[in-house]
Amino acid sequence: MSYILPSTLNEALDALSDDVTVLAGGTDVFPGATVVGMPDKVLDITGVKELRGISETDKAYRIGALTTWTDVARAELPAQFDSLKLAAIEIGSLQIQNAGTLAGNLCNASPAADGVPPLLTLNASVELASPNGIRCLALADFIFGNRRTALEAQEMVTAILIPKDINQSVSHFIKLGARKYLVISIAMVSVVLETDPSGSITQARVAVGACSEVAQRLPDVEKALLGISVQDAATVVQFEQFDHLSPISDVRATKEYRKNAAVELVKRALDKCAEKLS
Amino acid sequence: MKNQNVAISFNLNGASVTVNVDPVKRLTKVLREDLKLTGTKVGCDAGDCGACSILIDDEVVCGCLVPVGRLAGANVVTVEGLSKEEALSKLQASFLRYGAAQCGICTPGMLTAATALLMKNPTPTREDVKDALGGVLCRCTGYQKIIDAVVNVNAEEVADACPSAGDAVGSRVQRIDGKPKVLGSDIFGDDYAPDDALRVIAVRSPYHRASFEFGDLDAFMRDHDGVELVLTAKDVPGENLFGVIHGMEDQPAFAEKIARFKGEAVAAIVASNAFFEDFKLASFPVTWTELDAVLLPEDALKEDAPQLHEDRPGNTMVKGIVQRGKLDQLFQDSDVVVEGEFRTGFVEHAYIEPEAGFARRVGDRVEIQACTQAPYMDRDSVATILGISPENVRIIPTSVGGGFGSKLDLSIQPYIALATWKLNKPVRMTYSRSESIMSTTKRHPSHIKARISAKKDGTLAAMDFHGVFNTGAYASWGPTVANRVPVHASGPYYFPAYRAQSHSVHTNCPPSGAFRGFGVPQSSIAQEGLFDELAVKLGMDRLEFRLKNALVNGVPTVTGQVFETGVGFKDCLEALQPKWRTALAEADKFNQDNPDSNIRRGVGVAGMWYGCGNTSLPNPSTMKVGIKSDGRCVLFQGAVDIGQGSNTVMTQICSDAVGINFDKFEIVTGDTDLTADAGKTSASRQTFISGKASYLAGLDLRTEILRQVNASEKAALKLDGTQIIVTDKNSEHIIDLTALPQDEDGFVLIGEGTYDPPTSPLDENGQGIPYAMFGYGAHMMELEVDTKLGSVKLLRLVAAHDVGQAINPLLVEGQVEGGSAQGIGLALLEEFIPGKNENLHDYLIPTIGDMPNVETILVEAKDPHGPYGAKGIGEQVLIPTAPAILNAICHATGARIYQVPATPDRVLAAIQEAQGEN
Repeated sequence: MSYILPSTLNEALDALSDDVTVLAGGTDVFPGATVVGMPDKVLDITGVKELRGISETDKAYRIGALTTWTDVARAELPAQFDSLKLAAIEIGSLQIQNAGTLAGNLCNASPAADGVPPLLTLNASVELASPNGIRCLALADFIFGNRRTALEAQEMVTAILIPKDINQSVSHFIKLGARKYLVISIAMVSVVLETDPSGSITQARVAVGACSEVAQRLPDVEKALLGISVQDAATVVQFEQFDHLSPISDVRATKEYRKNAAVELVKRALDKCAEKLS
Repeated sequence: MKNQNVAISFNLNGASVTVNVDPVKRLTKVLREDLKLTGTKVGCDAGDCGACSILIDDEVVCGCLVPVGRLAGANVVTVEGLSKEEALSKLQASFLRYGAAQCGICTPGMLTAATALLMKNPTPTREDVKDALGGVLCRCTGYQKIIDAVVNVNAEEVADACPSAGDAVGSRVQRIDGKPKVLGSDIFGDDYAPDDALRVIAVRSPYHRASFEFGDLDAFMRDHDGVELVLTAKDVPGENLFGVIHGMEDQPAFAEKIARFKGEAVAAIVASNAFFEDFKLASFPVTWTELDAVLLPEDALKEDAPQLHEDRPGNTMVKGIVQRGKLDQLFQDSDVVVEGEFRTGFVEHAYIEPEAGFARRVGDRVEIQACTQAPYMDRDSVATILGISPENVRIIPTSVGGGFGSKLDLSIQPYIALATWKLNKPVRMTYSRSESIMSTTKRHPSHIKARISAKKDGTLAAMDFHGVFNTGAYASWGPTVANRVPVHASGPYYFPAYRAQSHSVHTNCPPSGAFRGFGVPQSSIAQEGLFDELAVKLGMDRLEFRLKNALVNGVPTVTGQVFETGVGFKDCLEALQPKWRTALAEADKFNQDNPDSNIRRGVGVAGMWYGCGNTSLPNPSTMKVGIKSDGRCVLFQGAVDIGQGSNTVMTQICSDAVGINFDKFEIVTGDTDLTADAGKTSASRQTFISGKASYLAGLDLRTEILRQVNASEKAALKLDGTQIIVTDKNSEHIIDLTALPQDEDGFVLIGEGTYDPPTSPLDENGQGIPYAMFGYGAHMMELEVDTKLGSVKLLRLVAAHDVGQAINPLLVEGQVEGGSAQGIGLALLEEFIPGKNENLHDYLIPTIGDMPNVETILVEAKDPHGPYGAKGIGEQVLIPTAPAILNAICHATGARIYQVPATPDRVLAAIQEAQGEN
């Protein structure tokens, strides 16, 4: 067994191997340990201070891999991030938000990961580093399936990158769970819209989580929204536009319910966007 | 191999500490094991409960998710750091003042999370508090008093109410055992064991039903350094059987040949603490063969179903019946008949403290210090398993981090007792959250069919009830449920004709046992739901309908029992009446004003009754109180306080009975070597029965004191140092305690009291006197239903309860708020599915954000038997909550829910079905 606590990224990368478990917030690794025991080799990256925080360049925002949900909730960010910030304060509890990282949420790749829909609607990509170099993957290409990602041996996530590809924006996130706090979502939706000065939608991004193995953007809904006034946005949402979702029935809800709820939540999120702009 | 130990220094509660430990070790374990700071509790090891909340660099986190290796230089604050040398912080004092700590297991987490909030926001709103404490689960309080304590942290300090003699009963005095709970110094099951204690871990069946064979256990022991013993059924020197009902003992400490449910223990490994740190249970030599299992009563009752117990053919454990009057004729003569089929699931007690304790052998005796609700029953059961006499077993209950019925049964006790007996070394055991959920008792799932009729004028005519209860693999308290339900299924209403039958069926599920209400919450969902249907059909107001049929003094119950006084049910309904009218009007107005909204408002009401104590069985309690020559007044009170407050209540009663001030009392709590048998903490019996024993013991001591100076009954007493000053009319007598002869324990004056409530056996029709008293109550719930998502938002609960005499209104409110939280869980959230949700993120109990505002109305229709007229309250409080919620959902939407929990998908389906019918 080993425990490594590097203080620089290079040290961390050198320590990566196919049997190492990267530990950041611990909100998934430690609960998992109650079932299968603690992983043999732990690489605790929380000492790599450069990985924490949100920075920006001309073209993009960079959310370091150690940035916690609380960091996001407290950050000053433009309106397209409102959805992500709403997700940040609904993840687990304050205790989880103070420890858990956005990058960890992606690496854990749960179908019910609350971070994925907002990040999909921010056109996020994931920066992966290894001793051999750095590569970037679109978020949709990073998460393959339930608990499956594109991470290779000797590779770790170093940042989430959000392009500055949207102007006048409005966004919203809704999480549906059976109780108020500390709850795994039955379904959640994120909407990010760009509008022209008249209030017509010029970019529409809509994503739904917990209704398929990986959260999905909804291209048919997005297409239907283009050119529509934000105030009328919810009226163009149709049940058929959600056909490519494949929800399952589990202890939280039936699959039929999930699909219904997804449609209703998208409408509500769009209505909320209209409300914010009016 | 575990990691090399590393020296790590950090700042803990203002002082620098260095530990030399495995760096991946959870901080909670380091705090508790290496630093001996046990104030930080462990409820799940998964971030699901928040009991281990601590501050790291001023931010609240779960200590169970932090590897200690990363903490070099960090600032860590635990509950122990909130007070200075036992001087309570303002927040801790506020928690005591508002009754925010009941069992106290979540209190350290609540306090640290609230401290983090107050550092950033010294004047938080109630909503701020909810957001800050949403990550800490509490199963006792219903959260309201916790919010009160935080928002009022800066309220003027009021002097501790310390009632004088004669005023103790009825006073809102703070818990007598509260201070250690807010300091984090209270000792729960896992908080103490000798340093050299070994640990036991059970090997459990991974299948609902399986046969199994062990490999070479001797080789396993040889090959694993640190393993001292492996226990299986063949190592049980006495009987490998336990149970809680005499004659129904059927549960083995270790399964033999076949495991009957998933999670049943078949073996146990005893080894050093260090051994288990990197031990993989999968390496234990056992081979499983999965067998066909039955999980539902309907399957267990099929002819070809696997049989669980040879002596219980057809998997029927027991049946119960109560019947009275001419059922067929009254149904025929009725004007309106309604019927329905209702289902409820397994409900997990989900106390935040998993079962824990340790045992040691002292000569020919075994001492067990563990959390429990029933020390004397534990003693006798352990003695049977060890094959020794009960006198050779001592049970020392720790503080109990929530019980609610499940800690009446044995859990860890057989394993630690067997291990210490064989090895003559102290041995500890702590259940993981998943072990606790998979292996301990549950609320019985029910499948109820009921038919109820009434006359045109709104009087009830007849009720026919049939309930099938899934009692799981072993009897536990299943017979109690089967007997109690038929007595209670009528609710507190008069029926000219009645038949209620219960049928408890074995399945390959964990044993169903006692859970707050013993089956009555389930039957109440059916009965109170059908009452609403009847009222609607009759065109009557739903509360009026209940009032019209309410049991009153002098009217027979369904077992033919007639109470001449003390039936306070109608008072409860009448107390709700003005609020009911307002609530209905407000809901109507909201719905009319918002015709296009997907939010519909509704109001529901439900009544309840609950017999206090065992059903038609003796259940005595004995209390002792004495004064020592040094002036100490000691109450030996064996009624285990599981958070409900019996330590305080027994003392209040005794204080008034003796006539000596409350603050002069100290208590010795349940210990089978020190305190007499007060019976188990269940069936809402302690305030009533043990309270009466405490009253009688107090009176006995008072008589003894008065006899010393030949004073009259009216004399006033004052315990002052080593003197008792007796003021009788105008004369004053002084008793010098140092001059009186002492007994071997140093007592100079002693009082003792025993009470057993008068009941009689039920005949073949269930007629007789099952209980000496009933408690009564009614709940009104206002809520909103989102008709497009099926989600339910609770707005306000008004709870009226007839408690006879509130011994301590602060504690009674705590019971009401906390019990109704469990009723809310039953109604909306909770269902355990064996093999599925064995953790606290898939099994959901209410959080601080799920509670409505709860308003408690105390009705006091004094009972002739109870101490100062007091009745039980513990179970009463959760019974009417679920039916009131379901009735309100139906009022809001027209959709009747026949299966709980009413999760959003079920509610939406019911709404869609109701809309389809219209």
